[in-house]
Amino acid sequence: MNKILIDLKNISKSFDGQMVLDDLNLYIRENEFLTLLGPSGCGKTTTLRILGGFETPDTGHVIFDGADITKLPPNKRQLNTVFQKYALFTHMTIAENIAFGLKIKNKSKAYIDDKIKYALKLVNLDGFENRMPDSLSGGQQQRIAIARAIVNEPKVLLLDEPLGALDLKLRQDMQYELIRLKNELGITFIYVTHDQEEALTMSDTIVVMNQGYIQQIGSPEKIYNEPENAFVADFIGESNIISSTMIEDKLVEILGVKFPCVDTGFGCNQPVDVVIRPEDVLLSSPANGKMKGIVTHLIFKGVHYEMEVTANGYEWLVHSTGMFPVGTEVGINVDPFNIQIMNKPASEDEEAVGVNE
Amino acid sequence: MIRNTAKKIYIAFIFIFLYAPIATLIVLSFNASRTRAKWGGFTLKWYSELFQNEEIMQALFNTLFIALVASVVATVIGTIACISIMNLKKHSRSIVMGITNIPMLNADIVTGISLMLLFISLGLKFGLGTILLSHITFCIPYVILSVMPRMKQLNPHTYEAALDLGAGPVYGFFKVVLPDILPGVLSGFLMAFTMSLDDFIITHFTKGAGVDTLSTKIYTEVKKGIKPEMYALSTIIFVTVLVLLFLVNKAPSGKNKK
Amino acid sequence: MNKKKLLGTPYFIWSAIFIVVPLCMVFYYGLTDKSGAFTLENIISITTAEHSKALWLALVLSLISTLICLLLAYPLAMILCNMKVNQHSFILLIFILPMWMNFLLRTLAWQTLLEKTGVINSVLGFLHLPPLTIINTPYAIVLGMVYNFLPFMVLPIYNSLAKIDENIINAARDLGANGLQVFIRVTLPLTIPGIISGITMVFIPALTTFVISKLLGGSKVLLIGNVVEEEFTQASNWHLGSGLSIVLMLFIIVNMVISAIFDKDGEGSVL
Repeated sequence: MNKILIDLKNISKSFDGQMVLDDLNLYIRENEFLTLLGPSGCGKTTTLRILGGFETPDTGHVIFDGADITKLPPNKRQLNTVFQKYALFTHMTIAENIAFGLKIKNKSKAYIDDKIKYALKLVNLDGFENRMPDSLSGGQQQRIAIARAIVNEPKVLLLDEPLGALDLKLRQDMQYELIRLKNELGITFIYVTHDQEEALTMSDTIVVMNQGYIQQIGSPEKIYNEPENAFVADFIGESNIISSTMIEDKLVEILGVKFPCVDTGFGCNQPVDVVIRPEDVLLSSPANGKMKGIVTHLIFKGVHYEMEVTANGYEWLVHSTGMFPVGTEVGINVDPFNIQIMNKPASEDEEAVGVNE
Repeated sequence: MIRNTAKKIYIAFIFIFLYAPIATLIVLSFNASRTRAKWGGFTLKWYSELFQNEEIMQALFNTLFIALVASVVATVIGTIACISIMNLKKHSRSIVMGITNIPMLNADIVTGISLMLLFISLGLKFGLGTILLSHITFCIPYVILSVMPRMKQLNPHTYEAALDLGAGPVYGFFKVVLPDILPGVLSGFLMAFTMSLDDFIITHFTKGAGVDTLSTKIYTEVKKGIKPEMYALSTIIFVTVLVLLFLVNKAPSGKNKK
Repeated sequence: MNKKKLLGTPYFIWSAIFIVVPLCMVFYYGLTDKSGAFTLENIISITTAEHSKALWLALVLSLISTLICLLLAYPLAMILCNMKVNQHSFILLIFILPMWMNFLLRTLAWQTLLEKTGVINSVLGFLHLPPLTIINTPYAIVLGMVYNFLPFMVLPIYNSLAKIDENIINAARDLGANGLQVFIRVTLPLTIPGIISGITMVFIPALTTFVISKLLGGSKVLLIGNVVEEEFTQASNWHLGSGLSIVLMLFIIVNMVISAIFDKDGEGSVL
């Protein structure tokens, strides 16, 4: 494990009396690709802006490489930001954009020219020195924004929804590009997005946030397969979240039917939430299923079919490569290790504090 | 086809309406007769006499001096104020903008007398100083109203990007923000300059005895008859501005060069 | 953040001293007599025959001028907008350029043009048309108002027209509206802020002018602006002048309230 580079301690921030971050604690390791993921208004961008120095937290400290930088202005910080919608200086050429930070640091002309060449090569835009930002496509502008940040050799690159303005295909290409860049540069990336696919593809660690609170921290696999609460399960991918009862260890009753599962330690006859991913719902002939249902919707999605199956009063979302026409009676099965059990919030209050507030 | 012709005739009509008096003044500046009423033949003597007329020259100097100083001061104060107004909360912002709008919406005569009453009660000596204060006051709103839209369009992240890359706030403003809002600043400056130059009413109430701008000088001359040198001077100013504008429009816009 | 707010301090102080305080002083003088005692007499004096006649005439003339400006400006703005010269600055220049020739001189030039033996009558005589004898009448004042304030009507209307997305017009056409319907149902409502702002920019200066009436109306026509001006420069009765100014400001405030209702975002500004 690499050493801890950034430590956010007890960070709170409110705007106009509106709490945006509430006692946030988070550390980031050297050379980590960490993604802050959440819906708009969850506090992810504010967290990034506090890291960049554009906001000062109301309480708490930002520790960077052992030093407290909470009050340090952005121009004195050893990290650089790639902004939403790029924020290129439209009145300067690409070369002038990239040289901006280096000129302030009074680097020699030869050094700057070298760096511009290197950075443009790194983002696959050699020869663009004298173009104006307006003449570039969105994807190219994005690469320039990255080049402009990395020539300053920051220890950490902050990326604020950098792919948000690009179209789908370009977004996917840029994801690979970013992973490659990170490996070549060997620095820490802190990435903000509301796109769960981006987060799952690129990150070493994902921090799921909602309403100013961290909901879960973990590797993409862990976040996807073992969401800790209904919010995370719902936000990451599509899922069936069903209110159920834990009968005993390794046995859960879902919609009146007992399913074996692998989780233990939830007690006996306790209300729980169960998460089952649509691709983990196995359809069969009615006789072979634990539960019977009727297919009500069918859409072809390319890789698989997406179906809705009404069974025991619940609309199951199912992804399957096999096709069952609308109206067909089917059986439903779920493998025990694909049933993810989550604690229900004990009361409305806790739900409000933990998930919604 | 007929439609297009009708449109052209309409535009021509308005154009003549707007520029006929100007043409008249230009013609009068070459009129050898001292009265406006009759044409006494072509002459250039008013142009040469103009430069000997100390009163007119003094008034011209005052006018230009006031317009330049007032518009520069207004541009600086107004532009800086815009940065601050952008960062105000919605409520206080609308109060400030409401006050800013007062000189624009209020009648010039009321603005003029209100400033006159203020200067009297402050015991200020009426003269260039009081005219300047008044002109700066009514110029600032033009600057603010033309810089604000630019400021709003500005991607707030470009300034932050400059800070992020190591620039200090002042360097960041001049290097990144100012170039982006410059068209607004310039047009605000030009509006302010033009309004100051063309103002009569507010100057009329805030000037002291013996200090005249071109406007007030013309106003006092109305009864005795306007000196033809005045026409010559106006023609020179108008033609100069016209030529300047023509050159500016023809010059390749420096946008892509740099 | 707080540092940025502080940058506005010079302007905030400036506007307090030179905008807010002077207005308060007008109210102070308008509501007191020479001994400093509170009185409404200065304001009530608007009802005297002389003053109410001047106010009424000013109202009539400025309303007529505003209407003429609107009728002239709207088609003009539409034509300019469709010309696709779409150089905003060019259009702006055409209308601002005349301001570089002194406003008094330009207005005086109309005297020359309108005189009995002036340019216009020469042309009319040449065409065997009856001569125009409007100099030193209210007609000449209306002409002067329209001439001076027309740009302030054209620019906001042009701006609000230029802002309309072409696809909105196309959508209306696509949905079956003909040219006139598009204009009445779509274009006109979308340009209301511009129209309101234009009306303000023309009506207020026209209502309060004293120069145009003096230059083109001879000494025969007295508008409320002339009365106020004389109270300050000749009669030196500041209390009465301020009182009458307060009456003028009532009209301005009514106008501002109306435009605030129609133009919430300040969209129809001149610039």
